[in-house]
Amino acid sequence: MSQLNLHLKVWRQNAGQPGHFQDIEAPEIPDHASFLEMMDIVNERLISKGQEPVAFDHDCREGICGMCSMQINGVPHGPEKATTTCQLHMRKFRTGDTIWVEPFRAKAFPVIKDLVVDRGAFDRIQQAGGFISVRTGAPQDANALPIGKVVADAAMDAAACIGCGACVAACKNASAMLFVSAKAGQLNVLPQGQPEKDRRTLGMVRQMDKEGFGNCTNQYECEAACPKEISVRWITKLNRDYAVAAVKEALGNTPKVAGGGD
Amino acid sequence: MSAVFDSFSRFYASSIGKKILVALTGLMLIGFVFGHLVGNLLIFAGQDAINEYGHLLQTALHGGGVWIARVGLLAAVLIHVVATVSLTKQNNAARPDKYGQHKAQVSSKSSHTMILSGLTILAFVVYHLLHYTVRIGNSFNSDAYKIDLHGEKVHNVYKMVIDGFSWAPASLFYLIAMALLSSHLSHGFSSLFQTLGISTDKSEPVFKKAGYAFAGLIFAGNAAIVLSIWLFGYGR
Ligand code: HEM
Ligand code: SF4
Ligand code: FES
Repeated sequence: MSQLNLHLKVWRQNAGQPGHFQDIEAPEIPDHASFLEMMDIVNERLISKGQEPVAFDHDCREGICGMCSMQINGVPHGPEKATTTCQLHMRKFRTGDTIWVEPFRAKAFPVIKDLVVDRGAFDRIQQAGGFISVRTGAPQDANALPIGKVVADAAMDAAACIGCGACVAACKNASAMLFVSAKAGQLNVLPQGQPEKDRRTLGMVRQMDKEGFGNCTNQYECEAACPKEISVRWITKLNRDYAVAAVKEALGNTPKVAGGGD
Repeated sequence: MSAVFDSFSRFYASSIGKKILVALTGLMLIGFVFGHLVGNLLIFAGQDAINEYGHLLQTALHGGGVWIARVGLLAAVLIHVVATVSLTKQNNAARPDKYGQHKAQVSSKSSHTMILSGLTILAFVVYHLLHYTVRIGNSFNSDAYKIDLHGEKVHNVYKMVIDGFSWAPASLFYLIAMALLSSHLSHGFSSLFQTLGISTDKSEPVFKKAGYAFAGLIFAGNAAIVLSIWLFGYGR
């Protein structure tokens, strides 16, 4: 096991106040540590010196919950492709490296403290349509509704989105299109998603706009940064679904109710 | 009526709605830029060919054709510019606190400078219209630029273009503008298919290549006209 001596530039900020980069020396970091474990070590040392530890988000530490974040050397979740910060290992760095550690920056993701940002905007977008309405009660028979393998696989790919927000962080416009397109698209391709498809698409896109995310400029930095490799083809689909839903809404797509009994 | 208008203003107010309008107007402008180049290349077919073409454009539909095209293009440019300026403002506002480090991993320089290339093209379009369409600050409207063509007195487009590009500052500005237009197209061409919901994993590489080829063609074709006159004395 070898050890790394690192120089960190860590963003420190309290909500509503201006922040700054703090230079923190991080000597003797085991190279088998994950990035979050490195931050833990740094924090223990800060605490033992009576200083305030660096606040950062984390939960599962196995790449599935979407809580960990951090812009590491200018890239969300750091330099490793398709990897969350919690799964990023320190052996990807060299001793003597300077590492910039910043929060995901977007107007729609206000800083709560240091590296922790409020990603509640994503929840509100989900509430605006990222669901299906189902009858409760006895469960339906498995496979009662046949779904082609291609469609099922595609829906699973989109469902892999963990809502981490790296797509927003990577985009020069802080656009949330990759997240929204994955969450809307996952349901829009499935038969269960059809009844509410137009309402979902319009609702989620409008909420996205309201939250103050930027607009997509088709540069695909989101896809490159996404730890779950969500494809920008979901954005293509969202654009198409939105256009169709908006035209139907404009033309009035409510079917005429059949007149009763005469 | 007002319900339809409400729906339209909602569409325009949305991020995707605005982008779709940018893509559709961008597509119109691409068509125009291509037709414009093909027509202008007639200068290499000699004086009569381009003058005949110019006369045809002026007199199509008893002179109405050119106005229909102008109004359509003006509308396209206005929508494209107003929407992209508004989108760009929103994009800047979406990240008020900048990163200390922010690395672009896959996107091109051209895609990061669309508003700069676009606004330069806009300035160029205004100059170009004053130069060759309204003909202000030059003598291109005088009798020296009238010529007999099949017994009709028509505008001598050929002589105007030759004289126009014999002046270095104009030629230089045209070349710079064409380089930036080509940069704009190298991202914009394939981008519009994504915005319109058409791109697939199979077709995207094709759109990308077609976009680079188109951008290259627009630059090479227009630059050939300017350079052959300005530096190589074609027609002088
Ligand atoms: C002949 C002239 C022009 C052509 C052919 C053209 C073409 C295009 C195309 C095809 C796109 C891509 C649309 C999409 O991503 O869906 C685009 C985007 C853009 N255009 Fe133009 N354009 C022209 C003039 C202008 C002008 C005068 C401006 C000035 C403001 C401008 C600013 C932009 C910007 C900022 C974008 C990026 C929009 C975005 O991705 O959100 N363009 N243009
Ligand atoms: S699309 Fe990718 S980057 Fe964006 S929130 Fe989902 S998992 Fe994270
Ligand atoms: S902590 Fe759960 S994905 Fe990183």
